[in-house]
Amino acid sequence: MGQLSGPTDPTADAHWHTHEERKGFFTDTSICIGCKACEVACKEWNHNPRDGDLDLTGMSYDNTVSLGASTWRHVAFVEQDRARIEEARESGRVLVSLGMPQVRSERDVTTSVTDLSGGDLSGVDTTPPDTPEFRWLMASDVCKHCTHAGCLDVCPTGALFRTEFGTVVVQDDVCNGCGTCVAGCPFGVVERRSDGTAAPTTREGQKKGEQPPIPNKGVAQKCTLCYDRLVDGQTPACAKTCPTTSIKFGDHEDLVTEAKARVAQLHAQGMTEARLYGANELDGVGGTGSVFLLLDEPEVYGLPPDPRVCTADLMTMYKRAAMAAAGMVAAAAVAFLGRGGRGA
Amino acid sequence: MSTSEYDSLRPPEPPRRRRRGGGGGRRRRPFGTGDGNREMLMVPDVEPTSYYGRPVVKPAPWGEDVAAYLFLGGLAGGSGLLGAGAQLSNRPKLRRNARLGALAAVAVGGAALVRDLGRPERFYNMLRTFKVTSPMSVGSWILSAFSAGIGVAAASEIDRMTGEKLPLGKLRPVLRAVEGPAGFEAAAFATPLAAYTAVLLADTATPTWNAMHKDLPFVFVSSASLAAGGLGMVTTPVEEAGPARRMALLGVAGDVTAMRLMEQRMDPVAAEPLHHGKAGTMLKWSERLAVAGGVGTLVGGRWRPAAVASGLALMAASALTRFGVFEAGLHSAKDPRYTIEPQKRRLAERRAAGITDDSITTV
Repeated sequence: MGQLSGPTDPTADAHWHTHEERKGFFTDTSICIGCKACEVACKEWNHNPRDGDLDLTGMSYDNTVSLGASTWRHVAFVEQDRARIEEARESGRVLVSLGMPQVRSERDVTTSVTDLSGGDLSGVDTTPPDTPEFRWLMASDVCKHCTHAGCLDVCPTGALFRTEFGTVVVQDDVCNGCGTCVAGCPFGVVERRSDGTAAPTTREGQKKGEQPPIPNKGVAQKCTLCYDRLVDGQTPACAKTCPTTSIKFGDHEDLVTEAKARVAQLHAQGMTEARLYGANELDGVGGTGSVFLLLDEPEVYGLPPDPRVCTADLMTMYKRAAMAAAGMVAAAAVAFLGRGGRGA
Repeated sequence: MSTSEYDSLRPPEPPRRRRRGGGGGRRRRPFGTGDGNREMLMVPDVEPTSYYGRPVVKPAPWGEDVAAYLFLGGLAGGSGLLGAGAQLSNRPKLRRNARLGALAAVAVGGAALVRDLGRPERFYNMLRTFKVTSPMSVGSWILSAFSAGIGVAAASEIDRMTGEKLPLGKLRPVLRAVEGPAGFEAAAFATPLAAYTAVLLADTATPTWNAMHKDLPFVFVSSASLAAGGLGMVTTPVEEAGPARRMALLGVAGDVTAMRLMEQRMDPVAAEPLHHGKAGTMLKWSERLAVAGGVGTLVGGRWRPAAVASGLALMAASALTRFGVFEAGLHSAKDPRYTIEPQKRRLAERRAAGITDDSITTV
């Protein structure tokens, strides 16, 4: 059992003999145009079946709704007015003035931020004349491939495993669909594939197209970071297809450096709302393989604001359970010894 | 901002939910109250701190089979312990009934677990590896080890009850020789069986379950004790059921205390689902039935009809505790509020305490 929280090299923890650089995504949402090409490319490459009933949600241009067993890329759409943009800028400014980043190991990028912004943006006029009246936030969400992956740790069959690239992949021929990983993921990514849309629609007169048979029914499914492409030295389908390079693929370390430089650049342009998500190895999941640049607080995009991998507290839980079990034994002993005789 | 002459024809917006508790409510201008000519967003307003009210985490895809197993596993564990005690203290009827009860509970519970799998035919994949980090894996082994012991012990009881009708042949003396050790082997895994399900639920990102992680084991072992005590009182004549009664009483005391302590120590927002809706009703009745069963045991435990009624009440109380906790957790995963608010609060608390380097959000 490797360590359950804190900074670490997940591939080394998994005892890989070969050494590959940890791979990941950097999704820069500031240049996402919401084309959903990533969703399409992902579905096509991975042969993921349709999920949902091709309904329109009516909530935005997002009719995909969330990541799931058959949706491994999901583009979120949020429309915001001027007040919200101001709030996002303010919350970003607070982040800067908190003294972040204090990522202990990587001082280099920290200094570049400081150079550009002086570390404290409170005095800077960050309301450029072109403050937009409204904006669309668009962000392509994906599995985070956590350093400490809850799904992987709680999987009882070993179906989920850590690849040599530091990513987390389900072996669909091993998984028995127990569903523990679904509850174990702090980001709501992995899901057990139901029969999808194979069930006939109950609405009369609607036949929403013929469908190929659904593969891997009843087992957990999630983004593999295109493991099959990685082993051939290829770029994952979503990153390959992204027309604006909003989705970048590469060595995790390089991507984090690039992400920090990009935030500094946006801050210098007055966009204090820009921030990174997942680039801190001291966070509750030990940092994520997929790093995001967000323009508002994470929960606005449907991301948890302070995720903590459940297994980080596992030893506490086992200890408490052992104490409880000991208490139960003691109670039974009292029950049998109490009042001595058999007719009590 | 798009406006349209048809804006006035839109249906009125449903009243927005206010965030309860926690500071930092967001300023937003009122929406949907205009005369139709004012600026409006293209899309319905979103819950301020979530993505269109969509859940952040996914609920475990577990059905009531799993909730039933939580109850049956506890019942089996408690009964296994009672059976071993009866073995030691020479109470043959209590021993027989506890062993048979435990076997029935693990058999039905185990079948329920397998049925709940997405691919039941692959259930044995759980037993092809052992992972300490996975409470489900640890639990599968505990369940298997317990079942093996209690199966042997109960088989011997069945053989005796049927007047040695089981086709055992020369194995009968062997069975008689190992039934005692088998009963103790099962007892060794009895309390882990009753306790591990608490870790199974707590070791998830499901907000209410995870928030319970320090105290849920105590609730579950208490609930298991009172259920097994109840089963003993129902099945066993009062002369031999003394330990069952005392175990039930200790279980009631533990259950009521641990449940209340747990709720106090949990994040208040994550504790909310324990008081609302179906889960709230079940947990309320669980406590009432536990107390009623406890009082019944204390007052009329030596009178068989009262003992049976109390025992049934206690088993019902235990089942309701498990179903209630199960339901509350699933509910907490379906509403983003329960994920986001406690996380924002703990993040803000850490920042207030000067810890600013462990946030997932950085610049």
